[in-house]
Amino acid sequence: MQPTFSSSRILQPVRPWFIFFSMLGAVLLNFLPTAHWPGVPDWVALVLCFWCIREFRHVGMGWAFCLGLLMDVADGAVLGQHCFAYVLLAYTASALSRRILWFPLAQQALQVLPLLVATQIFQAVMRLIVGADFPGWGYFIGPVVATLLWIPATFILLLPQYQPVEQDPNRPI
Amino acid sequence: MAGIDHAPPPFFKRGPAPLALLTFYIAVSLAIFVVDLRFKSLELFRQSIALVVDPVQRVAQTPGSLVDYAATYLQGMRGLQQENSELKHAQLSTAPNLQRLAQLEAENERLRKLLAVKEREKANGQVTQILYTARDPFSRKIIVDKGQQAGIVAGQPAIDETGVVGQVTRVFPFSAEITLITDKDQVVPVQVVRSGQRSVVFGLGNGQLELRYMPANADIQVGDILVTSGLDGIYLAGFPVAKVVNIERDSAYSFARIFCVPIAGVENFGEVMVLDPRQALPPAPPESTGRPSSSDKPGLGGKKKKTAAKGN
Repeated sequence: MQPTFSSSRILQPVRPWFIFFSMLGAVLLNFLPTAHWPGVPDWVALVLCFWCIREFRHVGMGWAFCLGLLMDVADGAVLGQHCFAYVLLAYTASALSRRILWFPLAQQALQVLPLLVATQIFQAVMRLIVGADFPGWGYFIGPVVATLLWIPATFILLLPQYQPVEQDPNRPI
Repeated sequence: MAGIDHAPPPFFKRGPAPLALLTFYIAVSLAIFVVDLRFKSLELFRQSIALVVDPVQRVAQTPGSLVDYAATYLQGMRGLQQENSELKHAQLSTAPNLQRLAQLEAENERLRKLLAVKEREKANGQVTQILYTARDPFSRKIIVDKGQQAGIVAGQPAIDETGVVGQVTRVFPFSAEITLITDKDQVVPVQVVRSGQRSVVFGLGNGQLELRYMPANADIQVGDILVTSGLDGIYLAGFPVAKVVNIERDSAYSFARIFCVPIAGVENFGEVMVLDPRQALPPAPPESTGRPSSSDKPGLGGKKKKTAAKGN
């Protein structure tokens, strides 16, 4: 069943430690030596966007800013480049979350695509203005792949919330 | 009730408005962007974050390096034997030069003493292992496994067995970042081996280098080797940098467009050598303020420069 507002399924409340570990997982995935392959998505942006849409009361621009700093240092990029893009992403995602969650998953993914593309474009524009080298169009394939991953990501990241609270095999219903 | 979010919606205590928060964070991000780019004064801040990030990054690199290790392990005897014979061959072919090197160096030193020219600096350094390529797609940088703990400082040049690879640009406690010479607008002062002409070579960002500000009629040919000129006080003289591959001479422009490729395997290697920083150059002669009084000084400076270039 789809975990949207139109479904009748009630999910468990999210656990803060799970949000934390999913972010850590995303950071680790970003650190893998796959960054130079074409079409590898920015995992942190994807997971951040997901939580900003799902749980905008728990995850907001503060998270985005800290993760941005972390990615800037890890990338060897100019400090502030990821921060700027992630903060904007977090703001837009949480502003749109009430609308996006009404849609079925595939359409949610379509609405997330412009956010993720904008994240890349902002970073590219910031760096190109100050005279960096254009990284090639492969740089913009990442968000498209991330969009395709929206459906599996939703499933995986909501998995702990699907479980019933008390496991009672003899429950009447 | 257990299935419903326990926290009551925060009706009264909501913190700053999202737009205010956004403005704040955007302002901070842009501020640190400009400060980091223009004033480079956030290195300590970056190092402290790197202290946390670096171990995580090394852990994340482990699977990749394990795969590499397994691949080389399974490569088998044949490959190793072949490599071994190639290395022996290479060693033999360089033997005549190498064997006389010690004697030549001694002779050079003695002659320099006779001429009262400053002694040629010896190239010392430390071998570092490349940990990974920096993720930033806008630049060309690598991270090596020695940093402040090993006494590495920003500015040290890095070479591999064939030529100049790049320059240390940032130092972290346990690692250092080397910017490759092919990074956009990375500059290396060079000298053409054949003609002795000096110039600077700029990285283009696409794996090539460009020799800029050479007049259209400059004496340069395809295949010329460029070595470091040593005039900058950073790179020692005589390390191969690049090879000229393409020259476009257009009479409409006053400069020729000269493209080169790096000689070192700049984008594929496992270990590099980070050379120790050079001894400080003698202070530059003071700028002449009044013309007639200091007419001899610029000439002296020119002579000094020339001897240094010739000597190297």
